[in-house]
Amino acid sequence: MFKYLKQLTSLVAMVAVLFAFTTESMAAKKSKTLKNTQKKGFVRCGVSQGLPGFSNADAAGNWTGVDVDVCRAVAAAVLGDANKVKFTPLSAKERFTALTSGEIDILSRNTTWTLSRDADIGLTFVGVNFYDGQGFMVRKSSGITSTSQFKNGISACTNIGTTTELNMRDFFNSRGISYEPVAFEKADEVVAAYDAGRCDTYTTDKSGLAAQRTKMKNPDEHIVLPETISKEPLGPVVRQGDSVWEDIVRWSLNTMIEAEEYGITSANADSMKTSDNPQIKRLVGAEGEMGAAFGLDNEWNLRIIKQVGNYGESYKRNIADTGILPDRGPNELWTKGGILYVPPSR
Amino acid sequence: MNFKLKDIGPQLMTVIAVVLVFGFFTYNAQVNMENRGIDFGYGFLSQESSFDVQFSLIEYDGSHSYFRAYLVGLLNTILVSVIGIILATILGVIVGIARLSPNYLINKFAAFYVEFFRNIPLLLQIFFWYFAALRALPLPQDAEPMFGVSFLTIKGLFVPAFIWQNFNIFFYSILAAIIAIIVIRIHAKKLQETQGKQTPVLLISIGLILILPLLSFLIGGVRLSFEVPVLKQLATTSFIYEGGVSLPPELIALALSLSLYTATFIAECVRAGIQGVGKGQKEAAASIGLTPNQVLKLVVMPQALRIIIPPTTNQYLNLTKNSSLAAAIAYPDLVLVFAGTALMQTGKAIEIVSITMFTYLSLSISISLLMNWYNKKIAITEK
Repeated sequence: MFKYLKQLTSLVAMVAVLFAFTTESMAAKKSKTLKNTQKKGFVRCGVSQGLPGFSNADAAGNWTGVDVDVCRAVAAAVLGDANKVKFTPLSAKERFTALTSGEIDILSRNTTWTLSRDADIGLTFVGVNFYDGQGFMVRKSSGITSTSQFKNGISACTNIGTTTELNMRDFFNSRGISYEPVAFEKADEVVAAYDAGRCDTYTTDKSGLAAQRTKMKNPDEHIVLPETISKEPLGPVVRQGDSVWEDIVRWSLNTMIEAEEYGITSANADSMKTSDNPQIKRLVGAEGEMGAAFGLDNEWNLRIIKQVGNYGESYKRNIADTGILPDRGPNELWTKGGILYVPPSR
Repeated sequence: MNFKLKDIGPQLMTVIAVVLVFGFFTYNAQVNMENRGIDFGYGFLSQESSFDVQFSLIEYDGSHSYFRAYLVGLLNTILVSVIGIILATILGVIVGIARLSPNYLINKFAAFYVEFFRNIPLLLQIFFWYFAALRALPLPQDAEPMFGVSFLTIKGLFVPAFIWQNFNIFFYSILAAIIAIIVIRIHAKKLQETQGKQTPVLLISIGLILILPLLSFLIGGVRLSFEVPVLKQLATTSFIYEGGVSLPPELIALALSLSLYTATFIAECVRAGIQGVGKGQKEAAASIGLTPNQVLKLVVMPQALRIIIPPTTNQYLNLTKNSSLAAAIAYPDLVLVFAGTALMQTGKAIEIVSITMFTYLSLSISISLLMNWYNKKIAITEK
């Protein structure tokens, strides 16, 4: 009988695994993600493998960036501490699978909102935290100052698994230019290959170009061409099927943008509680029941503003002061000539 | 029928358990995909892919289907595997024999090569060859011509293209030469067996394969001309070669690192195979008056091959599977094109990964069957 002991043990193990999985999938209830997050004590957030200004880790492993701040805002709202976030660096190729398979709960990784991504693959985009567009970078010495100078046979380095690959084809095709696409899996390798001279141009979102430029051997030798060839609204993404979680992430982002609109900053948030403006009071949890629908307390938005700051503070800290894109361009409030416009918190 | 329950019981239980586990995972995947609104299906394969690929053996651009993109990736995988296997085999055999050389320098050099290259992870070697080579190679405008017509640059290797006239006549002449050689070989073997006469088969073969195609040029109207790559300026400091054939540096780096790595293992197989043939065999062969060449060809190699082939098959399989590391350096193989870009654009993770897995499985099994057939052919045939 001992002969079969080994088979028997493995069989028992298999059956045990089977039951473990069954009970987990049966526990699916309405806001499973919120419940799990509160139980774990941290927000699971998918970010890039290092894009200065958006999501980048320093030598000590501290993540900073505007994409990172969205996850921190959610952590401040649901857990009360903006630092309770576990960041998972993901390649462009891995990101959606990581989200749909449940490895992360928010994907905040300079991801373009498109119809097919929103509708096809089990994802929901909750908003836009950066309005971007695809551009080209070339070496200054090449003398190219506009995409109209591109000629047949040009080679272009980029990332795989991005909208960039598709836009690039549309762009070159519509101009009848033959080109050589060289697509890498990781951004660092794209930069290394372009920097070495493998490609004549490097194409990705303009914010990405500006950020990666800071990583080059000699940033001054490269320029970003003025043309923008596509619309790239970047924003956080959640899994389809948990609308409460989706709302929490959406309104965490909206709170940051609206706080800037009403002049609420991390420094003055507490004093705003006594403001005369009811809209401001709602944004700092001093009026109405703004958290109940999410299953949160009333000061969830106050914590976001106090711990992470409003959108303007986040932009200044991560993108403007680091010299990546000092000019806010379209990412300015609608009241100041930009296109940042969010529905009201009321 | 006298088997007992205790004989088949455990096997039956294992089968049931495996079926249950697979069934459970399939069911679970279905339920979860339904919950998240993900459709399952292979219909996307006929949709327009709308992305371009750097390097392709068949005509392809973004207006073709995802299935076509799959074929592009598959062919690129096969291409780099075939190049890798050929180079690795040649290098492996040379190094394997060199390791048995009585010459101290050759022997130690071969041993050093084997120990060095097989003990460094392959991915690192690929990165090294790609990025080191990229940094070391000249820009197109600075490249020194090789033989006056080829250019090795950071943007790839540019070689002249062959332009044939009446290529089919040339092709038939080679075919005729090969058939003639086979006939002569069979005839020579018969002569050897019946009358003990030796025929200089090698000389005749070389002569035939040279003379027949030459005749096709002289009287068959075959013409060959070359299209030499020409430097073209794209911008002030940006150049490219036009015309001719270009091999991307990604392919060169990948084929080079795969073959350098795998050759070390093949070298060890070859060394083990030759050493596995008993010393007495060689001495016996020498004592009946065979020349050293004949000893190697007729006595040692046939026996050594039987030891060499099975482990070498494993190395061929490894090389083919390792070629999937191509994704790291932008060589558009099956993993990069299909399990990379196509997967991202469609979001059909389960479908695409399953097709990719099945494809690698089929490739491996094909290589394995081919090598097993060869192994059987050279095995001892009992008369």
